[in-house]
Amino acid sequence: MTDQVLPQVTDLPSTIAALKERFPNAVKDDTRSGYEGVIVDTACLQEFARVIRDEYGFNYLSSLTAVDYLGHGDHLEVVYHAFRVPSGGKPLVFKAQTDRQDAVIPSLVSIYPGADFQEREAYDLYGIHFTGHPNLKRILLWEGFEGHPMRKDYREAYYEQETKPFDSRWPGGHVFRGEEYNPFGHNVRYPAGFTLDDYKPVTEAEFQQGMALGVDIMGDPAFRTDRLLVNLGPHHPSTHGVFRMMVALTGETVESLEPVMGYLHRNHEKIGERNTWYGNMPFTDRLDYICSMCNNLAYAITVEQMMGGQVSVPYRAEVIRVLMAELTRITNHLWSIGFLLNDLGAFFTPALYAIQTREYILDFFEATAGARMMCNYMRIGGVYKDLTARIRSEAALINDRVRDMDTMEYLDKLINDRLPRSIDELDELLSESEIIKSRCIGVGLLPAEMAIAYSASGPLLRGSGVPYDIRRANPYSIYPELEFDVCTRPNGDIYDRYCVRLDEMRQSVRILKQILPRLKDTQGQPIFGGKTSYSIKVPAGEAYGFAENPKGELGFYLVSTGGGNPWRYHVRAPSFINLTPLGEMCKGQKVADVVAILGSIDIVLGETDR
Amino acid sequence: MYGSGILKGLGVTFRHLITTFIDDIQWLGRKRDVDVFQQKQSLANRGLVTVEYPDEKLAVPERFRFTPFLVTYNLDDPDYPGKDWCTSCGICAKVCPPQCIWIVRGTDPKTGRPKPEPEQFYIDIDICMNCGYCAEYCPFDAIKMDHNYELASYDRTSAHIHDKARLSREIRYWQSIAPTTAAEEEAARGGYDHTDVQKARKKAGLEPSRPDPRLAKPAEPEPVPTPVAVTEAPVAVPQVAAPKAEAAPAPKAEPAASAAADSETPPHPGWVKRGRRWIDPNAKVEPVRRKGKVE
Repeated sequence: MTDQVLPQVTDLPSTIAALKERFPNAVKDDTRSGYEGVIVDTACLQEFARVIRDEYGFNYLSSLTAVDYLGHGDHLEVVYHAFRVPSGGKPLVFKAQTDRQDAVIPSLVSIYPGADFQEREAYDLYGIHFTGHPNLKRILLWEGFEGHPMRKDYREAYYEQETKPFDSRWPGGHVFRGEEYNPFGHNVRYPAGFTLDDYKPVTEAEFQQGMALGVDIMGDPAFRTDRLLVNLGPHHPSTHGVFRMMVALTGETVESLEPVMGYLHRNHEKIGERNTWYGNMPFTDRLDYICSMCNNLAYAITVEQMMGGQVSVPYRAEVIRVLMAELTRITNHLWSIGFLLNDLGAFFTPALYAIQTREYILDFFEATAGARMMCNYMRIGGVYKDLTARIRSEAALINDRVRDMDTMEYLDKLINDRLPRSIDELDELLSESEIIKSRCIGVGLLPAEMAIAYSASGPLLRGSGVPYDIRRANPYSIYPELEFDVCTRPNGDIYDRYCVRLDEMRQSVRILKQILPRLKDTQGQPIFGGKTSYSIKVPAGEAYGFAENPKGELGFYLVSTGGGNPWRYHVRAPSFINLTPLGEMCKGQKVADVVAILGSIDIVLGETDR
Repeated sequence: MYGSGILKGLGVTFRHLITTFIDDIQWLGRKRDVDVFQQKQSLANRGLVTVEYPDEKLAVPERFRFTPFLVTYNLDDPDYPGKDWCTSCGICAKVCPPQCIWIVRGTDPKTGRPKPEPEQFYIDIDICMNCGYCAEYCPFDAIKMDHNYELASYDRTSAHIHDKARLSREIRYWQSIAPTTAAEEEAARGGYDHTDVQKARKKAGLEPSRPDPRLAKPAEPEPVPTPVAVTEAPVAVPQVAAPKAEAAPAPKAEPAASAAADSETPPHPGWVKRGRRWIDPNAKVEPVRRKGKVE
């Protein structure tokens, strides 16, 4: 996608050559067609990781995932993408292969703590045992789930066919419901020896060791405080969804905290493998449902990367994409600041002011893409349709009120007047408030080194003073020609994260002001340069495409075998990985601050649980 | 000074409070006028933006998509009354991401060969994710996304699988909810008629496409609520001035439309007005039937 050559990119082949020299028999080039990076022998994987981190500066393990190559070599493969932060540049891709039956890979948690949740996810969905992982247990599914669903030979409850489109739909499409064939009660399988009556959640059992009924009265006799186990969630106003935190408290101070997730898990990735390439686009809307435009963009650029010369995105399409992405960034930050304030106790006044402004952007999305939140707007090679001449509502049969505005005029007013005014107002309302300052400054500290080690991304990383923004570090679309600053704040507390979001909104407005003349200049130019067919085929190979989403780095790791469906569809979800340092950030804090710290990370459960 | 930040913030909320009252006084008694409503929804608004659903509704834009429906010719079409536009090619069923479309392709009873129209067409709207791919990829403009988002029902097993009869709407309905798009599509087809019909007419030596019936009879007071000139100059039509009070009830095949609610003449003789709605005072409300219960 990008033509800009950064010094590290040219550096990468020599790095790989040096590594091959250093590990003569253990590191080999991945010679499969369409693949990149190196395959590392599992015996020296940890040593390899330590060398690339300490000697070559790949200090940020962005993505870790597994692929099941059943029928294509019959092995499981773990794929790592390591970056240099904050200098940026292309990732070093390395892979480790293991047997499907007895899948064991050494854990990298001791080198990259950010691998923690991702390895647990790979264990959960693929059944790969990571030796040396401190806390290897299921993360998205529960203990009563039989099997590892992402394996290619696993079939879900309403399994119909390996890939879409299903043959039963046409031409003899007699309608049926999956649950009629596999009714409730027959659609669940438990592991051997598992009974619901004896079930005790593993997480709670570990936490309750030595505690009767969750309370340890011998906790600290000097201060006469009890050690107490508290379940925050899964249904709790602070969790923004269905999310649980197991918190061990001494008095009011957090001793340890463990996030428990997966309540919204639907195995998005398995659905993605069954889907066609195009079919995944509306499903990406449902990941981080506040930023569907950005999700679309990240998926589109990944597939475009795989298709190479077959598609070329016209300039106007890129302009519209950036317009949409930056408007989405503003909606997301408005939303997250509003809800952070809710968590702090300013119940819904700031949130509603923020949402009111967000509504104007959603009106524009609705008129352009057809939906406020589930936009499904980007296509592989462009966008769905050009902007409408007017943002207009037809007084149709079922609606009785009319709105009619010129689109460019509307955007002009929105970008030059309404959005800056709203952002300033939010700033005036909140930034100097003594209550907010005393609740936020110095709370939930995440130092820069820790943020990098834990693979934090987005405002969480930049709030810790690391100037790493993918729009600059690994630019995509037309970001290289746009002027904007990477916003950072040095302290790494809640207040700094809030400030980074506010600054980023201002930078987004700055980008949008540069986009407006480009939109006018390119009026009438094509907006789609891909294949017009309803089903596309993607050449065999792999690609990791990533974009700076409002919440952090959203990455898609896709593997194609040359067909109409992805062989592997992995989502590197920022909301999920940004939770890795939550436990560390909350340690020693008061329990009331846990809620604020979680709010400052800004998660969306649709993306966390996938 | 300690506390000045809080005071500054309270100033912002106070400002909001005042503007809200100014808004209320400014629009006193006219709150639901169309032009006031438009102003309140515009970017210039600083007071309340709340829409009091379901008494008030925001009109959805043309591209808005909800569940799909099937396009047919108008029922009063002189040549092809109610003919399906769908040719059961199956592209919508194949492109549908959650696979919620089921099509039984029609067969000619004499020859047993497939013919280009659907025998059955089902959409499970519980599964439909409103992505709009079916409408986007349909080569015949035969499936479109509806604007009707009020689909609540008591029983999902009987009400949420829409069959062909439930899905079919006249082309006039699509022209009324999305005039600009419908005009663009008509231009791309090369005329009002379905592309296959155009081909057949050409073969028979006829003019490939008949004129749009909405344009053919502009003088008559057509019971179509949208302005007639819309296909010619879609942008210039002053939508605000759309005469709501004159909008007669929808055509016969349409369900009773709430657009007629503002009207002073009842949609059916004997109906009475309750609030802004016309209702039939003698209508019997049928009890909801639940599956499995024997009456």
